[in-house]
Amino acid sequence: MTAGSGQRDGAAPAASGPAGYVPPPVPGLRRVAITGMGTVNALGRNVADTLAALREGRCGIGELHFQDVERLSVRIGAQVRDWDPEAYFNRQQISLYDKFTQFTLLAAKEAVGQSGLDFQGELGLCSGVILGTAGGGLNTWDENYRIVYEEGKNRVHPFVVPKLMNNAAASHVSMEFGLRGPAFTVATACASSNHAMGLAFQMVRSGAARVMLAGGSEAMLCFGGVKAWEGLRVMSRDACRPFSANRNGMVQGEGAGVFVFEDWDHARARGADILAEVVGFAMSSDAQDIVMPSAQGAERAIAGAMRDAELNPEDIGYINAHGTGTAANDKTECAAVAHAFGPHADRLMISSTKSMHGHLIGGTGAVELLACIMALRDGIIAPTIGYEEPDPECALDVVPNVAREARVDAVLSNAFAFGGLNAVIALRRA
Amino acid sequence: MSTDPQSVRDRIVAIIAEQAMLDPSEISVEATPADLGIDSLGLVESIFAIEEAFDISIPFNANEPEKSDFDISNMGAIIAAVEKLVAEKA
Repeated sequence: MTAGSGQRDGAAPAASGPAGYVPPPVPGLRRVAITGMGTVNALGRNVADTLAALREGRCGIGELHFQDVERLSVRIGAQVRDWDPEAYFNRQQISLYDKFTQFTLLAAKEAVGQSGLDFQGELGLCSGVILGTAGGGLNTWDENYRIVYEEGKNRVHPFVVPKLMNNAAASHVSMEFGLRGPAFTVATACASSNHAMGLAFQMVRSGAARVMLAGGSEAMLCFGGVKAWEGLRVMSRDACRPFSANRNGMVQGEGAGVFVFEDWDHARARGADILAEVVGFAMSSDAQDIVMPSAQGAERAIAGAMRDAELNPEDIGYINAHGTGTAANDKTECAAVAHAFGPHADRLMISSTKSMHGHLIGGTGAVELLACIMALRDGIIAPTIGYEEPDPECALDVVPNVAREARVDAVLSNAFAFGGLNAVIALRRA
Repeated sequence: MSTDPQSVRDRIVAIIAEQAMLDPSEISVEATPADLGIDSLGLVESIFAIEEAFDISIPFNANEPEKSDFDISNMGAIIAAVEKLVAEKA
């Protein structure tokens, strides 16, 4: 998409007027600033703790703790330890919030708090929220199936439906902050968050919304959630080792990441701290196989995101890989990157932070965007930990085991989902 | 499970009090759900809790609460209706 891009780079006049003033939509593409970020995941319950763990190469994966875990053959995951909803929410809220909504609301509060935005009044009318999740309220499904099937009871809690529905988190975020514009949920398995953030980016860029909260959340670490994944035989029983020759599968994680995507001029006019600029997004479908990834499909999304961002391969310093740690994904992804970047593939860094926070499925792209922002803003590249043996089929600089300092000007974040759905986002240093 | 009327009443009051975030002593028999700050969702949840506590089924349709066979006009009516269902079950 290049039409109208001249207006984007041609420095639209800075909006003037009092803070909070919402200029009317103007034709042409707008620049998109990230002005807030928030998270809950196995590495931390806020951005600062998460980035510290990513810098230190700390692993959030450990033994799983939940009912019936002894009946699973896969018993590790990147779980948010000692999660106590009562520390954050009252009884009425807990009766309506599945864990994926709880994670989302905490992350959204952190992000909105950092942005300093107040959505009361006119701004709320042109602001919204798009979130990704694959399983939605899977814990709620699990608990209530247990009640009716295993315990044989004939009555379930009245809020099962509003609690488990995939849009519950997005709806509660809209209610919490008064976001009265576009609000919905995207479910594209492991690419859900990237699709959600990509759509939010397009809405702000087009002028359809002034501010969008975007990201995603997942809370699948319960007996039924892990049992379903076990069936696919793609799960590791000991560790997540992306790109390492001895990798033996993925490890699930849980949590949420939420970002504030804001019209650049709006952010500048109110003096906001701009964390990074979202500059490009592309999506593609393999149209081939329901689980096996395609290098061509991935490459089209990678190349498409660069084209959309008007970036050349040489401009990209870092890629946050999809990097699941399965045999199939990692070699396919490396082939796609090698082909999309040509000789520059050997000069860029590519790491999989899933080795630390696990695979958050529908929420994973959101948590991984934190590593991208850290690379741009702090000049620190999060490592791929658990890397033990080079794999000739993954012969790229995967930043093994130890974080690295490097100045990078532009980055990509990859997500490639079951179903052959690919979504890649490009960010630039603000 | 005791069906002692005083016990039934106390347990219902305790359930409603928890939902309303009030002390049981603040729940009068004349109080309506609205007086107690219990909205339609809170009412549905309270009815679920009462069903669980006494292992009964309450004929309550949240779409048309007024047309239900279960009188929810105030605490006294709710308690009487539950006592009747508990007695029928015994």
